[in-house]
Amino acid sequence: MSRHTLSVLVENKPGVLARVAGLFSRRGFNIESLAVGPTEHPEVSRMTIVVSVDELPLEQVTKQLNKLVNVIKIVELERPASVQRELLLVKVRADATVRSQVLETVQLFRAKVVDVSPEAVTVEATGTQDKLDALLRMLEPYGIREMVQSGMVAIGRGARSITATAVR
Amino acid sequence: MTSANPRPTPAPRPVAPRPTPPSGAPVRVTGAQSLVRSLEAVGCDVVFGIPGGAIMPAYDALLDSRTLRHVLVRHEQGAGHAATGYAQATGRVGVCVATSGPGATNLVTPLADAYMDSVPMVAITGQVSQSLIGTDGFQEADICGITLPVTKHNFLVTDPADIPRTIAEAFHLAATGRPGPVLVDIPKDVQQAVTAFSWPPEMRLPGYRPTTRPHGKQVREAARLVATASRPVLYVGGGVLKADAAPELRELAELTGIPVVTTLMARGAFPDSHRQHLGMPGMHGTVAAVAAMQRSDLLITLGARFDDRVTGKLSSFAPDATVVHADIDPAEISKNRRADVPIVGDCKEVIAELTAAVRAELEQTGAPDLTEWWAQLDHWRETFPLGYDWPADGSLSPQYVIERIGALVGPDAVYATGVGQHQMWAAQFVRYENPRSFINSGGLGTMGFAVPGAMGARVGRPDLPVWAIDGDGCFQMTNQELATCAIENIPIKVAVINNGNLGMVRQWQTLFYDQRYSHTDLGTHRHRIPDFVLLAEALGCVGLRAESRDEVDEVVRKAMEINDRPVVIDFVVGKDAQVWPMVAAGAGNDEIMAARGIRPLFDEDA
Repeated sequence: MSRHTLSVLVENKPGVLARVAGLFSRRGFNIESLAVGPTEHPEVSRMTIVVSVDELPLEQVTKQLNKLVNVIKIVELERPASVQRELLLVKVRADATVRSQVLETVQLFRAKVVDVSPEAVTVEATGTQDKLDALLRMLEPYGIREMVQSGMVAIGRGARSITATAVR
Repeated sequence: MTSANPRPTPAPRPVAPRPTPPSGAPVRVTGAQSLVRSLEAVGCDVVFGIPGGAIMPAYDALLDSRTLRHVLVRHEQGAGHAATGYAQATGRVGVCVATSGPGATNLVTPLADAYMDSVPMVAITGQVSQSLIGTDGFQEADICGITLPVTKHNFLVTDPADIPRTIAEAFHLAATGRPGPVLVDIPKDVQQAVTAFSWPPEMRLPGYRPTTRPHGKQVREAARLVATASRPVLYVGGGVLKADAAPELRELAELTGIPVVTTLMARGAFPDSHRQHLGMPGMHGTVAAVAAMQRSDLLITLGARFDDRVTGKLSSFAPDATVVHADIDPAEISKNRRADVPIVGDCKEVIAELTAAVRAELEQTGAPDLTEWWAQLDHWRETFPLGYDWPADGSLSPQYVIERIGALVGPDAVYATGVGQHQMWAAQFVRYENPRSFINSGGLGTMGFAVPGAMGARVGRPDLPVWAIDGDGCFQMTNQELATCAIENIPIKVAVINNGNLGMVRQWQTLFYDQRYSHTDLGTHRHRIPDFVLLAEALGCVGLRAESRDEVDEVVRKAMEINDRPVVIDFVVGKDAQVWPMVAAGAGNDEIMAARGIRPLFDEDA
């Protein structure tokens, strides 16, 4: 099985997320991550869905998704031809004795500290999953208090727009 | 305006919709009135339903409609299956109406049924007022959430101004592309609110663009294969009926001389009397149809979906066949069996274009020689025809009953069935010559479909005799709709093939569960509970009974003469009759048994 990133343009209407999520579970496909948000067109939302499937089931996923009336367009974003990012917020134990080491790691990953208290710092980082995994590995020894991660969002490289042709 | 609501006098079908104001001149109405006017404007002539609290405003408005016929059913499931029967018999969108909560959830089975069989249906449900949504209000159910997996699409209307557009969209979605059920849920306050009505509304479905025109290159590729195949089969599914493509199919078949098999959902798409027809494929298909597909080198698949009941064990299905697969739903193509030549399009257009392309191809190459293939097919057909033995205990043969009904009533009728042995026998032993003459629950296998399905079919086709061929198990699930039929003047005939048992389950218990008959004896025979003749009379129908061979023709003829009331015939038949041929569940089609222990293809190879 391989990972595929699907960019799905949907009508910005109530219940669309349930329709998409329901379809995946109903047809037995696994969602690795799903992120949804607005686009430059207020009536259109964009979902980025990461699935782990073989080639043939992927074709089924796409076709079944396309059958949803609220789904306007689906594009698979291949890795080299697109920018893929996730957002991580992680609260790391960092008292005075280790704080400078933690901050050094944060800088190395071009992440930033968004909150600080005497016992902990909260770090914000964006990047590919690999980068975020690496950052977490480096922070782990200090003690991760809690963390939260967004689903992946992705956009194709170059001047082409997938919304331009899909939305009138 | 001098007359705010000028109304035409009641007219028979086709419906003359109530005059609507010219577009751009909306009139003030309630949401409920807007709903009724929208239904009239969209061409709906009949709705099947039953009122309740949250749909009362709509029912109040319905009382003023002069063109909409409302059939008051006894259970919402009856309304749903009636809408399916109506749609399957006429090709038009079937409509059912229910209230919120339990009314709506009772529609779930017919919606799932219509979804599996791609039936154009619109279900309209009342919903609790918006202020109560999400509070577990009385008779509240999230019917949009519940029906998400079993509808083509559904709508929750939150603004009364959206009603005309939503109804137009619902009918458009239900009827076009791959047809399917669409549910429109309308909260009570939206029905009560004052709004503007104008018609036609502008539909907004940016994500819905079904492909109906096939790709020319694919069609030519398919034509090339058709012209060169030596063992081709036309594998015809329900999509051909949905597309009204029976004439086109016949032209293609006769042009090429290729044998035709029609699936359970396609019975009637090609005349049973036609020499090229091998019958039904699948678990209870004819040996000739199943064997033809197994040995085929080219399956020309038209509006069929390689259902497991057709393919048997998928990995050993039609192992040598190249597959041309035409369907309007791209997701069906290569879902189960990989298609070598996929064609997305409406079957009517696909078959017409394919026929033209094949004709052009044959002009160059000449017609392929199918003599050897037909010799083989005829051998199977002659050696293993459909047949049945009379029960050893001297009881009436169910197959005989069904065969006689088909012979006496003839092909110019509609036959609706429930699910089980009687359904398979009705598919096997009635000869279908016309499209839309056989209606049943194929995909979902919904017991109890026959009576309400026949009711809907008769409402849609009052010009045709409509026979429900039902089992005694099925009949006890939905026979309350006979009261509807009696009161609403819907004179259907119901042949209850009463073997006192859940026959198909019993057959499997006989074959695969060591004859351990766990809870399949309904006691209908031993106790005559219920007495179907008395039950029929109680429901306002004529009740008849036949228990021996020489009574069969007589009661069928008697039933045919009664047209002022529904008729129920209790055919008391033997319980040990079995449906043959059979491919056991999970087995490969090569292991088809013409009768118990006789495996024509398997033995041939050995």
